This record gives sequence, structure tokens and C-alpha cells, in this order.
Amino acid sequence: MSALLTVRDLRVGFRTDDGLVRAVDGVSFDVRAGEVLAIVGESGSGKSVTAQTITGLTRAPNATITGSVRYRGQELVDLDDAGLRAVRGEQIAMVFQDPMSSLNPVYRVGDQIVEMIRAHRDVSRAEARERAVELLRSVGIAQPESRIRDYPHQFSGGMRQRVMIAMALALEPAVLIADEPTTALDVTVQAQILRLLARLNRERDLAVIMITHDLGVVAELADRVLVMYAGQVVENGTLDDIFYRPQHPYTAGLLGSLTRLDEPRGRRLPQIPGQPPSLLTPPQGCRFAPRCAHRFDRCAELPELDDRGGTGHLDRCWLDSEHRQRLREPVVVS
Amino acid sequence: MSKGDPLLEVTDLVKHFPVKAGAVVDREVARVRAVDGVSFTIREGETLGLVGESGCGKSTLCRALLQLTAPTSGSVKFLGEELVGRSARELRPVRRQMQMIFQDPFASLNPRKRVGQIIGDPLRLHGIADGAGLRRRVQELLERVGLSPEHYNRFPHEFSGGQRQRIGIARALALRPKFIIADEPVSALDVSVQAQIINLLRDVQEEFGLSFLFVAHDLGVVRHVSDRVAVMYLGRIVEEADSDALFARPVHPYTNALLSAIPIPDPERNAARERLVLEGDVPSPIDPPSGCRFHTRCPWATEVCAREDPPLVAHLSGHLAACHHPRHVPATASAPVVAAAESGSAAPRSG
Repeated sequence: MSALLTVRDLRVGFRTDDGLVRAVDGVSFDVRAGEVLAIVGESGSGKSVTAQTITGLTRAPNATITGSVRYRGQELVDLDDAGLRAVRGEQIAMVFQDPMSSLNPVYRVGDQIVEMIRAHRDVSRAEARERAVELLRSVGIAQPESRIRDYPHQFSGGMRQRVMIAMALALEPAVLIADEPTTALDVTVQAQILRLLARLNRERDLAVIMITHDLGVVAELADRVLVMYAGQVVENGTLDDIFYRPQHPYTAGLLGSLTRLDEPRGRRLPQIPGQPPSLLTPPQGCRFAPRCAHRFDRCAELPELDDRGGTGHLDRCWLDSEHRQRLREPVVVS
Repeated sequence: MSKGDPLLEVTDLVKHFPVKAGAVVDREVARVRAVDGVSFTIREGETLGLVGESGCGKSTLCRALLQLTAPTSGSVKFLGEELVGRSARELRPVRRQMQMIFQDPFASLNPRKRVGQIIGDPLRLHGIADGAGLRRRVQELLERVGLSPEHYNRFPHEFSGGQRQRIGIARALALRPKFIIADEPVSALDVSVQAQIINLLRDVQEEFGLSFLFVAHDLGVVRHVSDRVAVMYLGRIVEEADSDALFARPVHPYTNALLSAIPIPDPERNAARERLVLEGDVPSPIDPPSGCRFHTRCPWATEVCAREDPPLVAHLSGHLAACHHPRHVPATASAPVVAAAESGSAAPRSG
């Protein structure tokens, strides 16, 4: 299947008083129609900046953006504002982490959806209102006819996130970028939102790019997974590749350090030493090497993201296949 | 594993916040029932995990235990001594024994103080050490939590989140307390750093013989560190049991729902498990539902649930649970045996 969205060697740097922050440093991946791609990483790994750059949200006087983002063959990186507006919302929509600050608190929820529809479509107010009701119903909001007259504060966090998703779907985009959409929500509400996203993906063939730090959310929803570390993709594979056959020591370390419900209690957790590097002065060579238990001479040189096993499972690591097997063995910690 | 004597005994603890309104004179028009009759015991060397969603009263409970907010009624006994109703001066010696580790390592350290001051102030204020002795004690603590003694003169902003949480732990340990409340100590940290802090907490628990009340929403973390776990919903404990028992055979439908809502970072196990997805949101603690507070969202609710508030009772499996339709309870034990075993009655309150 051909890719809907192709990102190639994307680099985003921000000039700051302290120097150039290389937030995204050579990121490449594809998103296919109808697939759920999870981008997982810790804070500062560049996952949100990658997502925001796709829709042109990181354009700023102090930002330098290079590389390519193509949507159905159209280049977005150097597209002018009018062209970008035709893509944003229409083709690629976005949902953010905090549903309270994403809605305008002084306008009724219905009016915000109506305004958004009418900015893009030549329809009457009544038609747009009808469409808003239908959208709210489709994301599971009860009595949408009366709820469109409510203000954002009259909705709970989970309901507000449903409103944001409804608004994102209003123009029937092909891609939905969800940036930590459930991080601010309680777990029982998170379960509802994840179920909604899974249903929309299935019923509308909507491609979803899910940005998250939670490997549980990844396991729940994703078809493919990108693992990011210090501005780079370190591993790219199917859900099962990443969880059952991790090839990069960072991925294996993250999975190993999780508390698990099927492990005996009280054992010492295998831990990754140290902390993620500064993006002002990232390590030479492999970015993860300073924290890696498997590093050797070659790690002084930065490995490319490559399909070393020929299975479509990409990684950025110099280890040979024999060592990779060992990544999956239980770690003994002193 | 046998644990020591009761360290903290909480009986029927209530904290209500008045909601006031009025043109000239404020009158109480409603009450937020943040904590509404909570009883439990923590023994020496034991960790009790506390889980629940936002607004269930976890944080208010922590503050009421430490007397940072005066409880409306009920009793908190620390080593047999009643804390409720004591003056600030009378509380001071007890405060040495009870410390807290906070969620946000960016907000819980004074940005204008050096690390040495942050950790050393409690020692100075309680007259335990000063001068060179103080410096030595602080540097020992820094080493103990995995930082370097040279960090003594640095400011908090020079540290990462994980390192700041280590500073918070060193500060909590400075007075050699017996009991620490850890309120979401790892949830603000990066995943790769969480394991370091969890391991550190276990190590210092063993070394200092600490008891913990470990508050978190991540059930995997809670199970890992806790001997027993209590589940809170709308100001009440709805289930309490040994950690393994609670996770293997949850009795209360809310515990079942919580366990099934949390995504497991393992695709096959995640897909294979039983699902119980709750509808709706947590109701307001201002006007909690009649009868069982969970009945509005409970998939197993019947008419009795809307009418009668189920007491927290002991089941044969060792669980305490407040439910009319408990699950995973052996058939022979379907009739609850005794009212809330050791922690006294947690029967429904009227008003």
C-alpha cells in the first residue's frame, strides 16, 4: 500500500539564547491510509515537534525546518499559509493533550464547531449546526441537540476531548494527529477515548498518528510504532516487532524497566542509568551510547536508521544479530 | 512476610469542605465530601498503596493524615497517639516522624535555595545538626540517594526531573522519619527514569525501616511497591486487600473496571483480557449518589444499590470490599462474615 504521508530527513532546530536546540534531527517515516502509527518517546525526544511540524505549527522566526513532509505527493514544508490552510483540518487534523485550553471558554461549544465548519465550507448556519449535532453524536456525546448550547466548562475533561475529536473530524480528514490525547484524563475515561479512536480508525479508515509516552496506550491502539530518542527515530517496526522483538537497546531497556502485572512483586526493576541528553549538545555518535550497557567502539559513529535484518523492522544500532537476541533475555541487575 | 506493630491507625476519618454563598453573610449551602469515612491501618515497615481517579479524595486524605488540613471528624493515631485536634506546637515532634514526597519535583523545591539548604533546613529547624555537622549529614544524604556530595551548592534548576525527585527524597529522609507519604512520586518522571526512583524508594525503605503510604494512579507501579492496596472512590475506600490478591481477584466492580481500563504494555495480554469499560464520569462529591456511590456507573448495579450504602466488610478471601454484588468471592463466603475486621466499623454514615 502506498503511503499517505511521507516524512524524509526532517530536521527542526530552534535558536535559543543558549544555542541551537536540535529538537528533531533527521526523522523519516511513512503513514499509510487507515493505519495507526504510534510515536513513542520521553519528554524532549522530539515526538511532539515532529507531529506539529507536519501541520506547520512549528513555523517561527527562530525555527529552521529542513527535509520533506509530503501528503499525497504534495510538499508541505515550504507550502505557503493559504496552501497549508487547505491541508490543515481538511486533510490532516490534530487533537491536543489539554482539552480545556484547546476550546475557547467564552463561546458555546456548538458555535465553535459551526464557525469552524463555515470557515471551510459554503454552508448555511443551520446546515452547519445540524452537522455539529451529528458529529457530537458520532463521538458519543449524549443529547447533542442541547449540549451544543453549553459552554466548555460545562463539559468534563473526557467530554471536552470528545468535542475536540468531533471538531477534528468535521471536515473528514484522512489523517488525525493525536498528541497525548489521554494524558490529562483519568484511566477509566482514557479507556473510553481510546475505544472511540479505535472505532473511528476502523469505521472511517482514518489514519491516526498517536503521540504518547505510555507504552500501554501504544499496545492498545497501534499498528506500527516509532520509538524516538533525543530527536531521532531509533526503531520503527510493527507492534509485535517492537514489543516482542525489540532491536534497539533503548526500546528493550524501556520495556524491561516497566512494572508488570505478570512479574512477581518486590523484584528490583531493571533500570536504564542516567537521563536523556541535552539537545543543545547531543552526544557524538549514537545518542543513546552513554546510557547503553551494550556499547562498543563503533558506537562513536552515528548509525543510520536501517533495515538490517531485511524484515522491514528498522533500527539505529550497530549491534549484530547475535547481540540483539541477547537484548530480549531477562536482565540481571545487581 | 510478617510486619510490625500498627504505626498509623486511621478510623472513620472525614474531611468536608463547606461551599459558601450569600449576599452579606456567607452561609454554608453545600459540602464537598472529599474524604467521607475512611479507616485503615499501616504497620511498621509496610507499604500501603492508595489508588483512585482524580477527585476521589486521595490528596485530601494525605493532607488530613499529616494534619496539614484539620479533619472534620475521625481519628488519626500515630504510634498510639491521637493527632486530630493537636496544636501546631504539639504536632511538631510528630512531624519529624512523618514526611512527604511530592509529585512535581519542579514545584516542590524552592528555586531560590541551594540543595544544601533544601535538605539541611529540616535538620536545622529541629535542632539536630548545624555547621560542619549539618553539611556532612546533607552530603551523606545526597550520596545515599545517588547524587554527588558536590551538588551541595547547586540550585534546583541545574537538575533533571529524576535528580530533583532524588533531592525531594533526601529531604524527606533527613529527619529519619518512620513514615513517608509518597504522593505520585514517579508520575511526573520520564519512563526511563521511573525505575531508578522506584528502586531507590525500595532501598531506603529497607535501610531505614520505613512505612509508606504510596499514592499513585499507575496500578503497575502500585502493585510493584505495595504490600496492601486500597482503592478509593468518591471519598470512600471501596476495596482493600493484599496486593497480589487485589490484582488477581478484584472483588469490587470499580476495582475490576480500573484494572481493565489500564492498558497493559503487552499487545497480546492487552487484547486477551476481560474488559469492563465504564460509562460516564465520576459524579460530584458535593452531592454523591444515594446508596452505593458507584451505582450510577456500575454495570452490575441493581435496585438495592441505589437504596442502601454497602458497608466495607471482610470477605473470606481476605478482601475488604464495599459492594452488594461482590465478584471473585468463593461461593461459601458469599455472606460477608464480619464488619470490617480490624480497622473498626466503616459502616455507612448518615450525614
